[in-house]
Amino acid sequence: MDLNTVASITPARSRDDLRLLGPGVAPLAGGSELFASPRPELVGLVDLLSLGWPALVISDDGLEIAATCTLAALSRLPAVPGWTAQPLFLECCGALFGSFKIWNVATVGGNLCTSLPAGPMTALAVALDAELLVWRRDGQDEVLPASEFVTGNMTNVLEPGDVLRSIHLPLAALRARTAYRKIALSPLGRSGAVLVGRLDPDGGFLLAVTGATVRPELLRYPSLPTAAELRADLDAIGSWFTDPHGAADWRRAVSAVLGEEIRTELEDRSVA
Amino acid sequence: MKLSINGETVDAVAAPGQSLRTFLRDRAHFEVKKGCDTGDCGACSVLLDGVPVHSCLYPAGRAEGAAVTTVAGLGRDGDLSPLQQRFVDAAGFQCGFCTPGMIVTASTLDADELDALPRMLSGNLCRCTGYRAIEDAVRGTHRRVGEPREPDPATSRAAAARACGRVGTSHPAPASTRIVSGQEPYTLDIAVPGLLHLAVLASPHAHARITRIDTRAAAALPGVHAVLTHVDSPATLYSSARHESRLDDPDDSLVLDDVVRFRGQRVAAVVADTVAIAEQACALIAVDYDELPAVFDPRAALAPGAALVHGDKDAATSRLADPRRNLVAEMHGEHGDLAAGLAEATTVVTGTWQTQRVAHVQLETHATIGWIEDGRLVLRTATQVPFLVHKEICRIFALEPAKVRVFAARVGGGFGGKQEILTEDIVTLAVLTTGRPVQYEFTRTDEMTISPVRHPFEVTVTLGATQDGRLTALGLEVLSDTGAYGNHGPGVMYHGCSESVSLYAVPHKRVDARCVYTNNPPSGAFRGYGLGQVIFGIESALDELARRLGISPFDLRRLNSIGPTDPLVVTEVEGADLIIGSYGLDQCLDLAEAALTRGNGVEAPAGPQWRVGAGMASAMIATMPPRGHFSQASIRLDPAGTYTLGIGTVEFGNGTTTVHAQIAATALNTTADRVHIRQSDTDVADYDTGAYGSAGITVAGKAVLAAATALIEQLQLTAAARTGLPAESWTPEPTGLRSGSVFLPLTELAGATGLEAKGAEDGAVRSLAFNVHAFRVAVDTQTGEVRILQSIQAADAGVVMNPEQCRGQIEGGVAQAIGTSLYEEIVLDGAGTVTTRVLRSYHVPQLADVPVTEIYFASTTDSLGPYGAKSMSESTYNPVAPALANAVRDAIGVRPFELPMSRDRIWRLLQL
Repeated sequence: MDLNTVASITPARSRDDLRLLGPGVAPLAGGSELFASPRPELVGLVDLLSLGWPALVISDDGLEIAATCTLAALSRLPAVPGWTAQPLFLECCGALFGSFKIWNVATVGGNLCTSLPAGPMTALAVALDAELLVWRRDGQDEVLPASEFVTGNMTNVLEPGDVLRSIHLPLAALRARTAYRKIALSPLGRSGAVLVGRLDPDGGFLLAVTGATVRPELLRYPSLPTAAELRADLDAIGSWFTDPHGAADWRRAVSAVLGEEIRTELEDRSVA
Repeated sequence: MKLSINGETVDAVAAPGQSLRTFLRDRAHFEVKKGCDTGDCGACSVLLDGVPVHSCLYPAGRAEGAAVTTVAGLGRDGDLSPLQQRFVDAAGFQCGFCTPGMIVTASTLDADELDALPRMLSGNLCRCTGYRAIEDAVRGTHRRVGEPREPDPATSRAAAARACGRVGTSHPAPASTRIVSGQEPYTLDIAVPGLLHLAVLASPHAHARITRIDTRAAAALPGVHAVLTHVDSPATLYSSARHESRLDDPDDSLVLDDVVRFRGQRVAAVVADTVAIAEQACALIAVDYDELPAVFDPRAALAPGAALVHGDKDAATSRLADPRRNLVAEMHGEHGDLAAGLAEATTVVTGTWQTQRVAHVQLETHATIGWIEDGRLVLRTATQVPFLVHKEICRIFALEPAKVRVFAARVGGGFGGKQEILTEDIVTLAVLTTGRPVQYEFTRTDEMTISPVRHPFEVTVTLGATQDGRLTALGLEVLSDTGAYGNHGPGVMYHGCSESVSLYAVPHKRVDARCVYTNNPPSGAFRGYGLGQVIFGIESALDELARRLGISPFDLRRLNSIGPTDPLVVTEVEGADLIIGSYGLDQCLDLAEAALTRGNGVEAPAGPQWRVGAGMASAMIATMPPRGHFSQASIRLDPAGTYTLGIGTVEFGNGTTTVHAQIAATALNTTADRVHIRQSDTDVADYDTGAYGSAGITVAGKAVLAAATALIEQLQLTAAARTGLPAESWTPEPTGLRSGSVFLPLTELAGATGLEAKGAEDGAVRSLAFNVHAFRVAVDTQTGEVRILQSIQAADAGVVMNPEQCRGQIEGGVAQAIGTSLYEEIVLDGAGTVTTRVLRSYHVPQLADVPVTEIYFASTTDSLGPYGAKSMSESTYNPVAPALANAVRDAIGVRPFELPMSRDRIWRLLQL
């Protein structure tokens, strides 16, 4: 929709231009979230796309995803040998409620920064132990684990003027095996729960619960837990929530079902 | 910035925060539609260098240097792309508002993506069709109803009849080629020089009195032309609901009131050069409120001491049952003796069912443009009832009828939502104040928060029956929450308790219904008009009874439904105005049962958590509203030898215009393309009550038939006078009249001025249509997911005027009802605030959600309708929710009593 109070869009050419950010001035990436709600508080936007960040950089220690990389670009990254976790990219894009036309503009960083419980890039980042590079307003760089980024329903650690620069997926996680489950109140609806399991080559297991809880919940184990152990730990989670996309008690119950499916799937694959 | 739009280079400045959609529409690319403004509906889809995007979310400035392609760039009328042509051939649209975006999106799909069509079209919502026709159009798999894949002589004859557009053929909508190329103008698809825009300040309170309102800062803002408050409002009370009789609805509303009764109600309006300035000015209006006690629960609203929503109203003046008890209307009646009937019963079933608020989500929001022309007020508006709007606007503003013109262009969906005055009143005030053209467009959030929703009903049903399955008693209690205003409240309550009850021959019946005010947003007319809510309860209760008695639910209906000659009884025997003009319920029951027994080969997903069940429900509906529904058609033979049909009713995806062309073509023995239709305009057509209550064919269509018949007689008389041959010897042909070997061309008969005849229908007698729906479902007991394995609807539409369109109406009604049954709910926070404010929070069925429904038609010929036809628009929706609930009950052993049967609710039922 038209953001009628926005009087200027400044294309950022360097990090210095980000100093314009602050109260009333927000960063613009794909725009699919920003332009989807009235923003009467905004008077200006700073366009991040003009910074020209390379979308996807593959290196020996993993993958660096620019915050401005679109979901479409991420989903189309050609398969990299040895990255057994890569199918998760497409799976998580598929958890976005927005259509494939939204993938063409929505960015990985924008999805993280919106910090919706159902944000599928949050699921991807926390499940793969991503490290996020934040450009703080004061010029400092800060690297923090994805698991600490989202703090609640649409809240995160960013302060006004801070910008998420990139998402680094470490090689170790990319070489893990993953299993993905999503459920909503309708076949392709806004996620009620998105769960990702990751079984590392060293046998370690992680279950990321998103969508069903106000912020991501991570369960880590040195080895694959039993069904009972996993169930008990899921039951102990306290941040299930209710909104039009599902009631808290249902989210808790279906997360238990999906968590067990993931555990079983990865157990079968580890045996195979 | 420079860019190209459909190959044409454009050099223009985009406002900083402007979306590409607005930029394109500002340059008269009206084929780019505004449906939701949040990237959910897809109506605004365009290609940017070949890549599809939702243009409402795309910053306009970013299109610099890009090649933008809209649907008009894919092909124009006369030079359609193959995909566009397939949408015409498959009738892949009804109102057509979603079609440009649908076609743009589909144009990008390759073979692999077609395999994932539900996902690829998840961002394109259609509210009318039910998607089967769209999928056929996209894939090129369309086959006409009952048409074999290989041509044969019979098919050729059928094709010839179709080419002529006779009744009974699947003639395409006259606007088809314009719709698929984005060239058919809807309400706001017009460039008006000097247009001002109106924005509204909404009430933050559920119930409050405005004690002070300071508009000075707003009025001083450059670009503001007027600030309107309750001080400027006419003092005439009215209802936003429109009916043939204005006495049907309580007069409880003002254009602007000094008391607000629900959150979001308009407090003031600003008229300004742009929407942006108007919104900015609204924020500058200072208002002091005296908050008043509020009530949000309909039962609490009836309790002594409850906050009074319209305690200031006079019962007689406003036509309210008892404003001192928040009681808008009530109905109490008994036929026989319910207690005696229950005493005779060996089995008694009782239960209470609850329906939710449902939004219409017609893709075109409510909107009006008004202006002054030759000293007259003109309103171009998204309405189902232009003539009723005309009457009431004249009344509210004390204007002479001749000084006002109201018309509708093609309307982008209605479903009852546009049987209200929601934008026309404030636009009129703005135009009369400023003398300038003024536009007011609802946002999608307005649609979900202040536009009336389907009345939530609490329905208690008690049934008694003997061991052989004969009903002895039917008791019904209804509590309807009409919200802060009474628009449609009484009508929906009465209608809800009518055909739902009279469908069954039961010796003892009792109905107690109440419709109450609360400080919730208003409820209003919605497809089915109350019947769906009550049918959900009654048909669920019947299912429970069949289960207890060990009788098939089909047989229970066969035993107890009215027969073709039975009296119709709610609590009294219906008058002679309601007849069973044709009776196809027996066929519908047989057809649906046979299809269910036959199955469709679709199996439940594997796994022990899945349970399978089947269920069915019936529905009956009168073919038009009660107590008169009027239409007057005119048909003119033009000097050029073609016909012009003038008819007041509105086209909003109902397909009425197609059928009217077919009726005229058949009666005049011409081809449909020789019939030019002018409609829905108080200046070009005679009075028509409007497009509601499924009256498009049964009332307006009958007027068209009468006019065509009268014109033939006139032509015969003219020919007789010219030749001396007897009038009855002349038969019409497409280009002239023939009597034996003598032929008179129409151009000659028309003369210099043409010939005109009129026809009218008064709706004094109504018939009844029947629908039976059946489902087979699988339910996941771990997650509550309901998967529809088979969906069947059998319909008694009388003679089917246009099989393709009628199939589309049924499919669309079923899809909308599946939304109501499983997904959709306008949620309130208990204090009058809607929490589902955008489409992302309110799940309208996508392609992925809607199974293909098998559709069967009963073979009947109505004694009343034109060419034996009956209505088939609201009725298709009504049996779906109970049929689905009954199937779920069969699958999981627990009965759902509440809509929607969302996964979390079904899961919770299984935890009990």
